[in-house]
Amino acid sequence: MAVREVVRLILAVSIFVGPGGVLAAGPASDLESLAKRLAAPATQKQALAEAAESADPGLEALLRALKEGGLYLYKDRPVLLADDASLKDLAGQPVLDNGQPAQLSSGQEAVTLDESLFGAVQAILQRLEVFAPQAATRRSAAFKLGASGDAAAIPLLTRVLAREKDPGVRATVAEALAKLQLASPDPASRLAAVQALAQSRSEAALPALRAVMASDPDPRVKGEAGDAIKNLDAFLFRRNVLGYFFNGTSLAAVLLIMSLGLSVTFGLMGIINMAHGEMLMIGSYTAFVMQELFATHFRAHQDYFFVAALPLSFLVAGAVGLALEIGLLRFLYRRPLETLIVTWGIGMILQQAARLWFGDQTSVSPPTWFRGGWEILPGLIFPWSRIFIIGLALAVLLALALLFYRSYTGLKIRAVMQNRAMASCLGVSTRRLDALTFALGTALAGVAGCALSLIGTVDPEVGKTYIVDSFMVVVLGGVGKLVGTVVASLGIGLSNKLLEPAIGGTAAAIYAKVAILGIVIVFLQWRPTGLFAAKGRAAEAT
Amino acid sequence: MAAYSRREFLKGTVAAGTGLAAGLSLPAILAAQSKDPIKVGVLHSLSGTMAISEGPIKEVVLMAIDEINKGGGVLGRKVEAVVEDPASNWDLFAEKSKKLLLQDKVACVFGCWTSVSRKSVLPVFEKNNGLLFYPVQYEGEECSKNVIYTGATINQQATPGVDYLMSKEGGDKKKFYLLGSDYVYPRTTNKILRAYLTKVKKVPEANIAEEYTPFHHQDYQTIIGKIKSFGAAGDAAVINTLNGDTNVPFFKELANQGLTADKIPTMSYSFAEVELQTLDVAPLAGHLASWNYFMSLKNPENIKWVAAWKAWAKKAGMPDKQAVTDDPMMHAYVHVKLWAEAVKKAESTDVDKVLKAIENLQVSSPVGKYKVDPENHHTWKPVFIGKIKPDGQFEIVHRTKDWVRPEPWSGVTYPGRGCDWSKGGKGTFDTVGGKKVWLSEKS
Repeated sequence: MAVREVVRLILAVSIFVGPGGVLAAGPASDLESLAKRLAAPATQKQALAEAAESADPGLEALLRALKEGGLYLYKDRPVLLADDASLKDLAGQPVLDNGQPAQLSSGQEAVTLDESLFGAVQAILQRLEVFAPQAATRRSAAFKLGASGDAAAIPLLTRVLAREKDPGVRATVAEALAKLQLASPDPASRLAAVQALAQSRSEAALPALRAVMASDPDPRVKGEAGDAIKNLDAFLFRRNVLGYFFNGTSLAAVLLIMSLGLSVTFGLMGIINMAHGEMLMIGSYTAFVMQELFATHFRAHQDYFFVAALPLSFLVAGAVGLALEIGLLRFLYRRPLETLIVTWGIGMILQQAARLWFGDQTSVSPPTWFRGGWEILPGLIFPWSRIFIIGLALAVLLALALLFYRSYTGLKIRAVMQNRAMASCLGVSTRRLDALTFALGTALAGVAGCALSLIGTVDPEVGKTYIVDSFMVVVLGGVGKLVGTVVASLGIGLSNKLLEPAIGGTAAAIYAKVAILGIVIVFLQWRPTGLFAAKGRAAEAT
Repeated sequence: MAAYSRREFLKGTVAAGTGLAAGLSLPAILAAQSKDPIKVGVLHSLSGTMAISEGPIKEVVLMAIDEINKGGGVLGRKVEAVVEDPASNWDLFAEKSKKLLLQDKVACVFGCWTSVSRKSVLPVFEKNNGLLFYPVQYEGEECSKNVIYTGATINQQATPGVDYLMSKEGGDKKKFYLLGSDYVYPRTTNKILRAYLTKVKKVPEANIAEEYTPFHHQDYQTIIGKIKSFGAAGDAAVINTLNGDTNVPFFKELANQGLTADKIPTMSYSFAEVELQTLDVAPLAGHLASWNYFMSLKNPENIKWVAAWKAWAKKAGMPDKQAVTDDPMMHAYVHVKLWAEAVKKAESTDVDKVLKAIENLQVSSPVGKYKVDPENHHTWKPVFIGKIKPDGQFEIVHRTKDWVRPEPWSGVTYPGRGCDWSKGGKGTFDTVGGKKVWLSEKS
């Protein structure tokens, strides 16, 4: 009994005396003794300070477990609780007790991390990230160190800069370093830092430069900062205007690609197809289904699902359109009201079918080639997916123009649309052409749906989101005119994206939309036939 | 609802008659009489737009009831769920709740998700003295005698999220971009957050931006451009209350524009694990969310619960992807247990007695200790901040030291307002000169 008391006393004293006492002795690894001290509330803070210096590969797992409440003491040995409730030691090996996997006794509490130390743990984990294998992680870790204003990070960043190979990461590290050096007591190094920041043309440098302008004691540094700010402001203005134009063009391409199909079915044929949005939805779901198929069957070539989906969405939506025309709409020609109601009903049926089949929210994960964008100027990025949509819209437009104005089929289509009776007399099969033309229109909607899944959602109501805008574009452009659709898309897209920043406030997106609708209504009052009116006998007949 | 229906009364009499005839003792008669199960209502949309969120809630409530029954039921009686599908239709919510209360005579109802559905059933529960358990985080400014609100109030989700962002570990953020869909929850949340930021945290007005977009908005280019300039110095964060589907184009654009979570983190309040399973998570990775529960919590009780849920979901034929747990599901699971404990304590299913028994009632839960406030019908629970991982789970980056007291009325927008339903309490009150002035007696 007495012996035990003495041992306990010695233990207590040695813990009290501090780290490196009895607990550190023995065969336990450094990390294990560190973990033990992390587990004891009295030594937690001190142990964390040591952890900051440690380079042990198991440190990350240990700190994460501590933070998440997954660190336990099993018979005085620090162990980590894995996701499957089994216990692992600090090297990641299963913990055994008499050859059996060890279990926690019920009700055992995890090692608690003092709330005031959470930040310290987080800081160590973050700092470990400047050496992470992924460039993006290194870049953001460097950015954060730069924004921290912590001069102690300068040696670390200098070390990183020396070994870093990736040019993007290097630029970020250099910028972070310059930001930290702005606080240096030496005017020369401050001046160098200002120059480095001016060169970076980075918007992030602006607040730092303003602070130098306001408080730097050295007039030369101040002057240099003033020039840098002026140049940077002018650059940012030009950059933003360019950005607005890109946004507008990109929205115009979205509008164009979704209304090209409608300009065929509504513009050329005069069919009010309220289910046009659902044709677009079918295209989106085709992309989704292909993604899932590739994920289960061709995992290695996941990215190519989109290559397969694009033509397939054209075919699937076209086939649905063809069935719709042959099965229903051809009986309703010259009865626009019935067409409107019937297609609206079809649209609702398709929506509900999609909801039952796929659920409410699904989404397409774009192929890796479409991730990120082209940094055309520092801070101005044109996303690849949007560039692709602009290109696709132009390609579809070109193909459609060639079909209509350079091919024999196109000639026949135009003949039927302009004067059905005469074309029929001349031996054109108007029935077949009607069906094909309608299918072409819906097929184009399918392609649009597939493309738009890159930047938007895929859900049963996605058609609703686009249908109003599509009709607006076609009506504004002038029914029956391809060029009208193009000009109207550009007009609406650009003015929407230039209005939004001009309006400002808390609901710019809402008011810009309202303003556009208002402008279109007023314009149509003035020119009811739209920008490019169809001329000739046929136009008057309808 | 305490009154026996005629049918039950007759049954009781018959049992008593036969019992006496057979010469049985009184407890045996009571046991025979109490063989009838206790009916409870489950009112969650199983079809329509809300089915994706509410479907799992229904299942987890059924699972909790099943566990209670396997443990011998409540007061020696089994619990029987009456499931109704209000089909995401607000009028139908009121109709179905009337049916549950008047026709099925349920002891309580577990139900509702959206605020509008809750508002539409509220008069039904108040008129018929029913009892509703509501599991979802909401904008507050409500405190009914007939509802137990287990989801988070603003101070149990939104303000801790901001606190975290302003802390050192959260990146020491100084500027906030409040972005939401244009309806009541984001508007109210942001009203309170703005007041909280300016009055309590002393953030200058110039450092707060606020913006709303319509439902189904698809083009976030301009807004992302603004956010980029707003947070160029790396000291800004986005507070996101966008509704469901608009999160997709927003986060896709955010990722494509190179705004990673390390530069401008986004703190979201309206999607959890269940929604994440259906979204493209890659662009969301690294961003933050604030909830009372995350599936990744490591404690034996949660690990057990998650395993039980996975088994249940498999049996219920739910898609594999949906076999995850999240915050509203945790509240839904725990509030069934809370009700059962309260009934045991009250030794009755009578609504007034259960409400009395549930005051200050504490249970253990997958987030640790969990209790009902002694006065205001909301619950105490901890708040966690999680970082979205590429697999649709959360890495927990922060937890509050202790559980957080619920405040249905935020102190910054309604100073002195509170709610008290304990003995003598009459609901919502304003504190005037240290005294409670009941709102119900004001007008």
